[in-house]
Amino acid sequence: MSQMDSIEAEETGIATWKVELWVALALMLLGALVAYKSWELGAGWRDDGPGPGYFPFYIGVLICAACVVILARSVVSAQRDTSVFVTTPQLKLVLTVLLPTVAFVMVVQFLGLYVGSLLFIAGFMVWVGHYGWVKSVSIGAIVAVLTFLMFEVWFKVPLFKGSLNPLGFLGY
Amino acid sequence: MTEIASLFHGFAVVLSPFNLLLMMIGIVLGVIIGVLPGLGGANGVAILLPLTFSMPPTSAIILLSCIYWGALFGGAITSILFNIPGEPWSVATTFDGYPMGQQGRAGEALTAAFTSSFVGALFAVLMITFIAPLVAKFALQFGPPEFFSVYLLTFCSFVGMGKGSPMKILASMMLGFALAAVGMDTVTGQLRLTFGLPDLMRGFDFLIAVIGLFGIGEILLSMEEGLAFSGSAARINPKVVIETWKKLPRYWVTSIRSTLVGCWMGITPGGATPASFMSYGMAKKMSPRGANFGKGEIEGVIAPETAAHAAGTSALLPMLALGIPGSPTAAVLLGGLLIWGLQPGPLLFVEQKDFVWGLIASMYLGNIAGLVVVLTSVPLFAAILRVPFAIIAPIIIAICAIGAYTVHNAMLDVWYMVGFGIIGYVFKKLDYPLAPLVLAVVLGDRAEDSFRQSMLLSQGSLTILWSNWLVGSISTLAMLLLLWPLLARGLQMLKDAVGGSRAAPEHRG
Repeated sequence: MSQMDSIEAEETGIATWKVELWVALALMLLGALVAYKSWELGAGWRDDGPGPGYFPFYIGVLICAACVVILARSVVSAQRDTSVFVTTPQLKLVLTVLLPTVAFVMVVQFLGLYVGSLLFIAGFMVWVGHYGWVKSVSIGAIVAVLTFLMFEVWFKVPLFKGSLNPLGFLGY
Repeated sequence: MTEIASLFHGFAVVLSPFNLLLMMIGIVLGVIIGVLPGLGGANGVAILLPLTFSMPPTSAIILLSCIYWGALFGGAITSILFNIPGEPWSVATTFDGYPMGQQGRAGEALTAAFTSSFVGALFAVLMITFIAPLVAKFALQFGPPEFFSVYLLTFCSFVGMGKGSPMKILASMMLGFALAAVGMDTVTGQLRLTFGLPDLMRGFDFLIAVIGLFGIGEILLSMEEGLAFSGSAARINPKVVIETWKKLPRYWVTSIRSTLVGCWMGITPGGATPASFMSYGMAKKMSPRGANFGKGEIEGVIAPETAAHAAGTSALLPMLALGIPGSPTAAVLLGGLLIWGLQPGPLLFVEQKDFVWGLIASMYLGNIAGLVVVLTSVPLFAAILRVPFAIIAPIIIAICAIGAYTVHNAMLDVWYMVGFGIIGYVFKKLDYPLAPLVLAVVLGDRAEDSFRQSMLLSQGSLTILWSNWLVGSISTLAMLLLLWPLLARGLQMLKDAVGGSRAAPEHRG
């Protein structure tokens, strides 16, 4: 156990088995919900054959059953995984990608995929990669223009322009 | 030998300038996708799928399948030069490929990897050419119970043959089925599991799941490791290629064994990744130089690459012949068939000869073209990885978002993609496998339909799955595979008990 302790002293963060617990519980809740809703719809036999909830009901039940075993194996059992799920520095790195991604999708909602991609790539390069403004904006612009040409012009697949539609003046 | 005639007809279809151009574009794009972290065969094809909506189906499948071959080749480049597997199936290639690169034998390792990939794929394509039509002909007599038993076999073999906890495989797969059930019930037309939300009426598209789980999830995972690429120089000259080719025939036993492992794992949905590990493990055990494995043994590159490529290719056999894909990428291609208006299944060989044989012919040509492309332009592709992650990551995420949007022209799908990305990250870290989830989302509706039709035929009795020798043997095989972990443990215990004290010190989990 001494080896275990020294690792935990170095790396702090939430233990893997706790994450296992929450994920299994969340899945189980989902499974129960699926089973319950299917039961409401009619999981039994009708005049014209199996009801619409017939198949998903058993899916829900199987999810719950699998989760019970997972909980028993990885949470209650003595061999549960006490190693760190994700260390704080690692989590920070993951969040430096995840949070800008969420912000990106929000921006796209208003400004569309082209302007959104430009801002996202340029912003990410400036704040995460510490590049200069000129270089970052030009790479973002190159990608945005290339996708515009590829989708709108060559393949005629229109992309989302955003609720504010800043590119409306281009006529696409 | 009608297959040969059909195949030549296929070559005639492929050898139009437009299709050849698409083939080259596909290979190059595929290698780039294979090299980049976060973009792989499955989500690369998923992102590009909407661009093919307006193409003729044959040209579209040639483009997309060539992306797949390219991605299979590309994975090896990063494994050998940077010790970073670009694709999960090239993890086993890093074990010996990277040490070889460090010793200045990168050219030799790359040549061996590409050539054995090619050999593996070639055998798999030969097998598809001659076996797939037979399987399809046989499957024409299938009714709903037979089809359901094949679905059952597919999913049971995931649980039984998969690495890791069978319960996690089951949970992940059932989650996929649950996601597939959301939306309109295809039989009764009733809305299911929508909770009154109009946005859920469309259900979840598996392409979104693929882009999120494999694309965004993978980026988050590679970010965690704080990527700093440092690789050995990539130089391949004709002399190294010729010298390596002279050496390769010595390892014919390994090649044949790895091809067989790969083909088997590809047809049953084990997939390329477990095939590569299994093949590496077997080569290590059986090779006279097994002790040197992990220190830069060329055989340790040949074995996983041959198997991965053979598995990746033969995963298309059940997709073509039965309409049941053997891997996530094959599943995406199957989704493409539906979008192009083709009905997957055994009738494809009868009704869409141009399409099927064009695809098979393009497998031969695509792999030859792929081999030439990668052997001649490795340094170019390796240069992509020297672009810093802070530039590559946002570009890949933006491409994923565009890909997710174009599937249904819906912004909500882009949000789903982010959600699937987080699920993918957590599931990967906890060893919940993603492939069964994706396959269940793809096949959910069709598996359910065949199940309900079977139940209608039998008035709700499961005995219909054993009603004749054909469906009975498939169902029995499915049950055997499902229970295989338990059976194997039972056999082991029996052996231990018989072997007595001699086997006692050896503990097996």
